[in-house]
Amino acid sequence: MVKAIAKKKSNTIKLNFDTSWSYAPAPESKSAATINKQYDLFINGEWQKPLSKKYFDTINPATEEKLSEVAEAGVADVDKAVKAARNAYDKVWKKMPAKERAKYIFRIARIMQEKARELAVIETLDGGKPIKESRDFDVPTAANHLFYYAGWADKLEYAFPNRRTESLGVAGQITPWNFPLLMAAWKIAPALATGNTVVLKPAETTSLTTLKLAEIIQEADLPPGVVNIITGAGETGAAIVNHADINKIAFTGSTHVGKIIQRAIAGTNKKATLELGGKAANIIFEDAPIDQAVEGVVNAIFFNQGHVCCAGSRLYVQESVAKEVIRKLRDRMQSLIVGDPMDKNTDIGAINSKEQLHIIQKYIAIGKKEGAEMYESSCALPSKGFWCRPTIFSNVAQSNRIAQEEIFGPVLSILTFRTDDEVIEKANNSPYGLSAGVWTDKGSKIFNMTKRMRAGVVWANTFNKFDPTSPFGGYKESGFGREGGLHGLLPYLNLIN
Amino acid sequence: MEKAIKKSSLKVSENGLEKPTAAGKPVSTKRLEVMKTYKIYIGGQFPRTESGRYYIPTNAAGKKLANVCLSSRKDFRDAVVAARGAVSGWSGRAAFNRSQILYRMAEMLEGRKAQFIDELIQQDATKAKAEKEVNLSIDRLIYYAGWCDKFQQLFSSVNPVASSHFNFSVPEPTGVVSIIAPQGDLPAGRQGSLLGLVSVIAPVIAGGNTCVVLASETKPLCAVTFAEVLNSSDLPGGVVNILTGKPSELASWFVDHMDVNATIYCEKDSTVQKMIREKSALNLKRISLYDKINWYSEEGQSPYFIMDTQEIKTTWHPVENIAGAGGGY
Repeated sequence: MVKAIAKKKSNTIKLNFDTSWSYAPAPESKSAATINKQYDLFINGEWQKPLSKKYFDTINPATEEKLSEVAEAGVADVDKAVKAARNAYDKVWKKMPAKERAKYIFRIARIMQEKARELAVIETLDGGKPIKESRDFDVPTAANHLFYYAGWADKLEYAFPNRRTESLGVAGQITPWNFPLLMAAWKIAPALATGNTVVLKPAETTSLTTLKLAEIIQEADLPPGVVNIITGAGETGAAIVNHADINKIAFTGSTHVGKIIQRAIAGTNKKATLELGGKAANIIFEDAPIDQAVEGVVNAIFFNQGHVCCAGSRLYVQESVAKEVIRKLRDRMQSLIVGDPMDKNTDIGAINSKEQLHIIQKYIAIGKKEGAEMYESSCALPSKGFWCRPTIFSNVAQSNRIAQEEIFGPVLSILTFRTDDEVIEKANNSPYGLSAGVWTDKGSKIFNMTKRMRAGVVWANTFNKFDPTSPFGGYKESGFGREGGLHGLLPYLNLIN
Repeated sequence: MEKAIKKSSLKVSENGLEKPTAAGKPVSTKRLEVMKTYKIYIGGQFPRTESGRYYIPTNAAGKKLANVCLSSRKDFRDAVVAARGAVSGWSGRAAFNRSQILYRMAEMLEGRKAQFIDELIQQDATKAKAEKEVNLSIDRLIYYAGWCDKFQQLFSSVNPVASSHFNFSVPEPTGVVSIIAPQGDLPAGRQGSLLGLVSVIAPVIAGGNTCVVLASETKPLCAVTFAEVLNSSDLPGGVVNILTGKPSELASWFVDHMDVNATIYCEKDSTVQKMIREKSALNLKRISLYDKINWYSEEGQSPYFIMDTQEIKTTWHPVENIAGAGGGY
């Protein structure tokens, strides 16, 4: 132990992790979860074989082993699901007293809590995220979200002053692969609370927890057709977006696809909420508590392997402390445990898919080519599965592609600045505006920065915090509409005089 | 000269000015009316369109109203530059100050009421309708002047997050808004070329945005005169920019521009609506379609119009040791 601690010239102590530090394996058990060999489509309260007759494999990205196979919904299947949702809306859900609607949502939330461990295990197996994240963040936050919105169902008349509200009808919802269960809860909870019915499609690489949620919905005796869960890839999503009897599209995913959706629904009366990409600026001032800020940076970019739309992927450090921040960041990166997502000590799990790994690798190559200075932790990587070491680029220029484009992986671009005005200019110089962060000990500076940064969620002296009561969503090309909180109700309602 | 004119030789002419007579014969003069040049309004200045083009709107009887600027795409782009430049100053002002300026706009409009009534009558309104429209327009400015420093309180929230953080959400202006104003052609009394214009501009600037507005093509007079009201109301240049011209030519540029954050369209033309929504995908503009609003009714004003060009920003900050703090009371 004594050997492991070496004194540096400065008053900071550097931990040497190359020597005697290792953790014994602490794996979560796969037996906590039941995964069927094959999953059909959940339409009208029942499991139905796809009319398309097609299934596709879903794998564990940490081992590349097949976990299950999942139905691929075709246009006819989507139509069936929308009809079921319409029927449930007209005959049951719209007419149900709001307080009864609320109780169904509460019930779903409760069963999710009861099955939390199983859901966490499946989320980690299917998506590659560390079990400590799915256990401590994804699953509890998802259940809390349902719990929060359940309570809104019979209180909507208090939400919008001087207006009555009416539900929209059938909501088509498309969720991403980075937080599958949580995103399903973000979408289903407000839709049901406001009296809409749902057709939801999870991302094709991570369908399993959403299908597990369908089982929970069935167990909760939610009236058939109120929530329909259909699986598939982009074509299935397009069929939902283009279906004539859908009143609202809620999409979380890339800005590219979000724009396609916006064009596709242009000639219709469909409402939309789009929660898209980001390239968040995370700003460290010289007066910030540096150690805490470094922890914040690690959380901002390496949380969920950096597969986070609001990840703090552009770090702006004030010149006077840049050296120190980068040194401490490198040291901290070296201590991150990369590997088996099922291990409770793992900090960084597997990249979600081979395709995403290729995108990340492409950007790392671009970063090197653009002349930025790369550093990656020296950790060993498992031989199977999709992996990426935590990586930082320093000496990045504002115009570099790695400072402009979303990478969606554990890759951080570091830039420096001198003055407040300069860093605001740089931070806001992005087509995106989902989130932002600032680290400083000075209160008035915090408010100056948080007010001027053009982003929907701003974290001061913290990062990547989420809560059901807290509205989430972007400025500019990061999308529109809010999810969470009181403001998350509006996208699912019409206001009437 | 003055010395040469003897007082006895001066006669009072029709227009009230004394003028000399030659050889005692009175000169018959009728005063020539000075016609107003209707120019556009960009960055607090009144230039002509850079294109040098004009068009001649007429009233129902076919009488020529004026030579009106036929604004071009370049005029629009210049106006966006002016509007973008004005965003930080205008949104950075105290809400109370914005309120005072909107109130001042109402005062100025009230003071020039007769001119607006006259212009509306020239554009086919009856005197009673014209008076009603101007009165409502003034009242609408007062209405939104009052909202400037109140809507934030209505639509903000402090969010009781489960972790040890202080968390709040507030509306913020979205930035530059392009507006194709109500054209004023629809059933008499329903739309108003002045009331519609005021009703779409006021909530946008009350919320701290800046805008570029395309006035009614067929009834543009009040829009230009309204620009003069703005110019004398302490409203900073660039906050409201008013162009005249053809929506058929300019609408697509209004929604194409990458430095515009939101677009408002007030007509029922479903082809244009579709075009606007399609093009909005370019940089994900926020789109508001006000084709069903009766600006003369109560539904023509509400703080929800302000919210149409607002974003919600949520801010988090840790609270030290909240769980372990124990009773502090």
